[in-house]
Amino acid sequence: MSVSVRPTRRRATINRAQGVTGTLLVLPFLVVFVALFVVPIVYSAYLSLFTDQLVGGETFSGLANYVRALTDAHFWAGFGRVVLFLVIQVPIMLIVALFFALAIDSGRLRGSRAVRLIVFLPYAIPGIVASLMWGYLYGPNFGLFSQITQAINLGSLNLLSSGNILGAIMNIVCWEFIGYNMIILYSALRAVPAELYDAAEVDGAGQWRLAWSIKIPAIRQAILLTVIFSIIGSFQLFAEPSILSVLAPNSIGTDFSPNLYAYNVAFVNQDVSYSAAIAFVLGLIIMVISYVVQTVTNRREGE
Amino acid sequence: MRPALTRWITLGALTGLAVAALTGCTPSVPGTSSNTAKAVSSSAMTKALNTPTTLTFWTWTPNLQDEVALFTKKYPKIKVNVVNAGQGAAEYTKLRTVLKAGKGAPDVAQIEYQYMPSFRLTKSLENLAPYGAADLKNQFVGWVWNQVSDSTGVYGVPQDSGPMGDLYRKDVFAKAGITTPPATWADFAKDAAVLKSKTGAYISDMPGSDPGQLMGLFSQAGSKPFSYDGKKTLSIHLDNAADKKVVAYWQGLIQKGYVSSAADFNNDWYKALGNGSYASWQTAAWAPVFLQSAVKSTAGKWRAAPLPQWTAGANASGNWGGSANSVVAGTKNALAAYALAKFVNTDPASTKMMATEQLLFPTTLSTLSSPDFVNQKPAFYGGQAVNKEFSDISKTVDTNFVWPPITDYLYSSYTTTLGKAIANKGDMVSALTDWQNTVVAYAKQQGFTVQ
Repeated sequence: MSVSVRPTRRRATINRAQGVTGTLLVLPFLVVFVALFVVPIVYSAYLSLFTDQLVGGETFSGLANYVRALTDAHFWAGFGRVVLFLVIQVPIMLIVALFFALAIDSGRLRGSRAVRLIVFLPYAIPGIVASLMWGYLYGPNFGLFSQITQAINLGSLNLLSSGNILGAIMNIVCWEFIGYNMIILYSALRAVPAELYDAAEVDGAGQWRLAWSIKIPAIRQAILLTVIFSIIGSFQLFAEPSILSVLAPNSIGTDFSPNLYAYNVAFVNQDVSYSAAIAFVLGLIIMVISYVVQTVTNRREGE
Repeated sequence: MRPALTRWITLGALTGLAVAALTGCTPSVPGTSSNTAKAVSSSAMTKALNTPTTLTFWTWTPNLQDEVALFTKKYPKIKVNVVNAGQGAAEYTKLRTVLKAGKGAPDVAQIEYQYMPSFRLTKSLENLAPYGAADLKNQFVGWVWNQVSDSTGVYGVPQDSGPMGDLYRKDVFAKAGITTPPATWADFAKDAAVLKSKTGAYISDMPGSDPGQLMGLFSQAGSKPFSYDGKKTLSIHLDNAADKKVVAYWQGLIQKGYVSSAADFNNDWYKALGNGSYASWQTAAWAPVFLQSAVKSTAGKWRAAPLPQWTAGANASGNWGGSANSVVAGTKNALAAYALAKFVNTDPASTKMMATEQLLFPTTLSTLSSPDFVNQKPAFYGGQAVNKEFSDISKTVDTNFVWPPITDYLYSSYTTTLGKAIANKGDMVSALTDWQNTVVAYAKQQGFTVQ
């Protein structure tokens, strides 16, 4: 009898000790998580329920700020712009990143390490520095591109005009993030079992066939991850337009992207409560879109 | 990667973005202000200056420590930390944040004239009248004094100002056969056509990026777009007759291709100023110094003149820029803080140093007429007494131009309305009305009664 009881008791003590250690180990994370994550969110949610006026101060107004956000033409103008950005920029960026990842992984590329480094390098440059740098290159009179067009008698080229600015920003974001996405996809490719390639080669598959029928399906989840990250990144567009707005204040309005709008509402219009509501509306929309994208792709995979 | 893990990462990223968008949302504590006018005795002031105190002074004026050192030499018990918290808007964002947080605010802060009403609205500036600031009135240029004070009190001690004149490239004008700068706006338009056809240069640039310059030109034309009762009633008339006249005038020049409409203070603009693409700049009294460092290579080619006039011989000007040192409400050292702001900006040695070392354009009458200042003949302007020129112009600035308490929005909405029309060479007159409507809508939304 005693033999059968003892193990149970021992297991119980181990569990209790494990429980304490576990809690202790999780505690530092939990404290930081609550203090820097949960509290600000709850506080912002609280703030968003007030109307904050320069004259009259704060009054509780329930969901009025949310109603205002949902009917705010500035918010939706910025939202429409980032959707356009998403639809054009993300596919270009991810296809190029996938191409590089496959090229490096194929082992047929000479100097693949150098290529990997060069393509990844822009990601190591802070977005703000990148935007400043491109901003100078885009300058309508003395920027590099404009000087080239002037040299070949095509006149000056204003890449910062209202019509060109979105494309100009897409280019910066591609330049910054192709390398980052390439690394994610390349790491996923390295994890694909080599036996699959051997089997395919035995069946007579070439590199293109290998990439299309084996590699890409094998890294589906990694591709999905980069898609979701890119969707979130697009909706969050802020640093690039914020920096370029100094150079092109008339092409990049205060409502250029939803985040830039939220920032301006808080710090220029001094309407923090409304800004909080805008941020929540945007967050909810992104959550819904990301969820839909994920469910749809996963369901298709199940079929 | 397994779907569950992906979902986790997504969720983490999502919550992260919400936080990112919300940082800076600090609790709002109503500004504590002691605006109850109660005169402070001189013995209390003497006592404050002999009590060991540490003051924090936010300013972006370069090397202002030198003037502050004169103060601490005279009052050795006071220690001053001079902090550069950013220029203009960058400083204001920080100042508003620390004021809302309820701690970390400086004792004295540099604030531009156009933003003073918005800080007064939040009761963030100490009324200095009880400390004797009203007595400083006669030391300052009249219109400058009106920028920091009204019937209710005094909210800062003026430091520098920007009465507007005309800086022009003598060489470029000469190339077009023009020997005298335009005296009227009609002359300016004629010269613009000649300059364009003979040299290819624009006579000037009218930026759509920042309305400061245009507001000065509005003021020169006699416009008073704002009035404010200090409480709820705000009047906004950006589309008044004078403003419409000014905007229509520049629209004509821009659409004819005589005036550029590029954004200012960026790399492209500096290059254009340097290579003679702009033959003149209708600018403020701080610009003569600014140009000497911004476009060094053009030394000797520039000259200064008063702004062209709407009526010949009218001698009217406007202001662009300039700032004051204000005592921040809630400071525990209000007396010493006021003494610092007053000393730096009125002590003869200090104001002379600011005018000749930092090259700020003075606001005190004594410095404006001091021979050390007005007799300077910089080689950059071919030995012209540029300070004398602007010193005379300063007397011609409208004394009654007031700013609204919503200048942040006024300026940011400019770039998307009138500024945008200027940049795109579009219908600027109707964009002026758009600007008016946008600002009015914001003011109403913020609880003002708009007239």
